[in-house]
Amino acid sequence: MSIRIAVDGAEVAGREGQTIAGVLIAAERRTWRTADGAERGVFCGIGVCQDCILTVNGVEGVRACQRAARDGDVVERESR
Amino acid sequence: MSRRVVILGAGPAGLAAAQAALARGAEVTVLDEGERAGGQFWRHHDGLTDPRMQHQWPRFERLRGALEGARVHESASFWRVAADGGLRVHALIGPADSAGRAALTVDADALVIATGAHDRALPVPGWTLPGVVTAGAAQALAKRDGVTPGRRTVVAGAGPFLLPVAASIGLAGGTVAEVVEAVGSAAIMRGWGRAPWQLAGSAGKAGELAEYVGDLLRHRTPYRFGSAVTRIHGQHAVEAVTVQRIDADWRPIPGTERTVDCDSVALGHGFTPRLEAAIQAGCAISPERFVAVDDRQATTVPGVFAAGEVTGIAGADAALAEGAVAGFVAAGGELGDTRLRRILHARRRMHAFAERLATHAIRPGWTAWLDDDTIVCRCESVTRARIAEYADASSRGMRLATRAGLGACQGRTCGRSVEALVAASVDYDHRPVLSSIRIGELAGLHDHRTPHQEQE
Repeated sequence: MSIRIAVDGAEVAGREGQTIAGVLIAAERRTWRTADGAERGVFCGIGVCQDCILTVNGVEGVRACQRAARDGDVVERESR
Repeated sequence: MSRRVVILGAGPAGLAAAQAALARGAEVTVLDEGERAGGQFWRHHDGLTDPRMQHQWPRFERLRGALEGARVHESASFWRVAADGGLRVHALIGPADSAGRAALTVDADALVIATGAHDRALPVPGWTLPGVVTAGAAQALAKRDGVTPGRRTVVAGAGPFLLPVAASIGLAGGTVAEVVEAVGSAAIMRGWGRAPWQLAGSAGKAGELAEYVGDLLRHRTPYRFGSAVTRIHGQHAVEAVTVQRIDADWRPIPGTERTVDCDSVALGHGFTPRLEAAIQAGCAISPERFVAVDDRQATTVPGVFAAGEVTGIAGADAALAEGAVAGFVAAGGELGDTRLRRILHARRRMHAFAERLATHAIRPGWTAWLDDDTIVCRCESVTRARIAEYADASSRGMRLATRAGLGACQGRTCGRSVEALVAASVDYDHRPVLSSIRIGELAGLHDHRTPHQEQE
């Protein structure tokens, strides 16, 4: 089953059950946050490091590696 | 009335504790932050990932089956463990980091802390580039999402865990360019070849390792001993790494640099236990920085037990045995019970196996591969040079001036590396934040409770 999420306005397809990080990496998007002017993406992959956070459906600070993607999720990048 | 046993974590240790406590007649509640029981070892998704990545899967299925007799809360972020006058756990249940999750408070007669460990990845120039992940992340992405961190990955660090990571990347469709192990082959032979009768006792483990090595040979993946990734290159993402020979203290040997093309790196130099719940509960921490437990897996706090990697890094088999002991005793059982005999034997055997992991312990020479401007604290982008400026300051002074370890992860990622750089304890463990919760959720709890308190 395929799902679709919006990432900074662009539509990205993923597989049902994947985390948001899984959907983004499968779509060859490896960065979705800026820290101190540099690009960041997933690092620890198990919810510890907080490097992969993004905004999901208007809620900030969601760990992409921990959150299962739902069809229609609206995802935006963060910078800090 | 049966004893209420609450278990924090549903990895091998927590699951074994649940099974043993249920068998002893306890009323069991299990809380886990993941969406599905299994922990890091049995992280899975039936529809997305290759079952060949899993080990001892029938064992997991039996443990999961036993959970039918327990109350299981998945997607549970526990944020407070209180052990002052009764044992109580506060959690929020719902999708990770969403707003407005449901509050849950559970009281316990006994608590089993089985919160596991996370990867320790040493800083290296370029390690904040997209495409650099921990070995555990590569493993989790493969086992949970069916994806790899890139097309061509260098797996680097220390210890036997690098082997299953390389295997999972291959099964998920990626290529492993090289596996880079810090410890030299002679030291590995010395460390692992000694006392082979102890290995024979853990034949399952040795067989698993042999399987991984065979896998690497089939894929013709180079395995470099006595080497480290000492630099990661790339403009906006990983493009290559420098692999360099290192000495027995992990100091890079000049003139041995090689460049390896890759688009991703998986780093794992060992593990850091997740101590926050145990520290909140008031449990004593050993000088080696694990939860201190006795033969019964009891901590220094009455009624609080701990099992698995929080008590020492020893792998899934040790965690299963420790968990079973913890669950059994937490439910009111005695260590002398004959039903525990086989489990205690297994625990001894696996601890003997785990002693060999010391061969791969981090050596101090690694700091020589850092540049002055290498970021050490990823959350606050604090460099090595900045930390060095405050090496002689008080731990509090260093933290406040540099902000190292004060960011979103609260020093979980950089804490022990910062301590190595300032050659002192920085006490990152003293302010144990278990999980992030939103102000709105906290305020919601207060609104909910006030009318009730007024009635009293």
